[in-house]
Amino acid sequence: MSNWLEQLLGNKTKSADQAKERLKLVLIHDRTDLSPALLDNLKNELLAVISKHVEIDPGAVVINLTQDGREQRLVADIPIKSARRPRSG
Amino acid sequence: MVAKVVTVTSGKGGVGKTTTTANVAVALAALGQKVVCIDADIGLRNLDVVLGLENRIVYDLVDVVEGRCRLRQAMIRDKRLPELYLIPAAQTRDKNAISPSDMNRLCEELRPEVDWILIDSPAGIERGFRNALAPADIVLVVTNPEVSAVRDADRIIGIVEAEEKGPVRLVLNRVNPNLTRRGDMLNADDVLELLAVELIGIVPEDEHVIISTNKGQPVALDGKSRAGLAFQNIARRLMGENVPFLSLEDSDGFLRRLTRLFRSGGTTG
Repeated sequence: MSNWLEQLLGNKTKSADQAKERLKLVLIHDRTDLSPALLDNLKNELLAVISKHVEIDPGAVVINLTQDGREQRLVADIPIKSARRPRSG
Repeated sequence: MVAKVVTVTSGKGGVGKTTTTANVAVALAALGQKVVCIDADIGLRNLDVVLGLENRIVYDLVDVVEGRCRLRQAMIRDKRLPELYLIPAAQTRDKNAISPSDMNRLCEELRPEVDWILIDSPAGIERGFRNALAPADIVLVVTNPEVSAVRDADRIIGIVEAEEKGPVRLVLNRVNPNLTRRGDMLNADDVLELLAVELIGIVPEDEHVIISTNKGQPVALDGKSRAGLAFQNIARRLMGENVPFLSLEDSDGFLRRLTRLFRSGGTTG
């Protein structure tokens, strides 16, 4: 397929898009000095603490670093399993 | 007069700090402003050659700081413009020859005399950069639309914010419209989203910059080239004027929109 047709159909990832995606990750880690491994540890410890008090599904937990302007945010989405409370009385 | 101090920096070398300093200085002076530019890249001076003033150096920045001459004696006047001056860097010394407080003192002495003090920072994040940053009221961060330059710009912006200097304004230099159009170069929106700072100029890649630098005549001296015009616009924005950004894609705006339309119809998301 000729180059312009490929572009017209947009069926190829542009190198600029790759640059942007790569930079997003690099900048988040540069700014926070948090490595993926450290983030993993953090996640595990967080889960351990929360599990002590509420029942959660570890597989459904998502912890991400996101960018908000020039501020970095650690966002945790931790779905709680529907609690079956033992009825008192 | 109380001058504003504008520090031009980038982190990465070779992105166009000196070219930006020279051209913004020339453009401000052409607008009737009294401008002094200081080459803070001690040991690797270049602002003098870019401005075409290399043959007129007698004293330099380190001579002033070490008291071998008065400030006035180190200010080389650019005769092409009413009030443009250069304080050149020393070539045979290193960055440790001066300190951030030396730069502060020097700028305090200059402030009442001029409208603008432009400081050309060396690359890097070490002493030379700290010297250039110390007196800054405004920090122009120059970058190019490519990964290493953007990453280094982010690092610089982080340091400037941590030092509570600024505001930071971004100069996106050497933008290649063809590559951008093809999707093979980060566009201004991409870079602004990544760096989350305010833009002050988009400068297209332009062979006139090389030709004019060869001659020692900054492109902003005449506004005929696109790069020259872009630098003039930066100067006007510094003056507080609301100047629309140069459209680098006006020649094919229609095709680009058409492509987008096709794409959004043909693929998900």
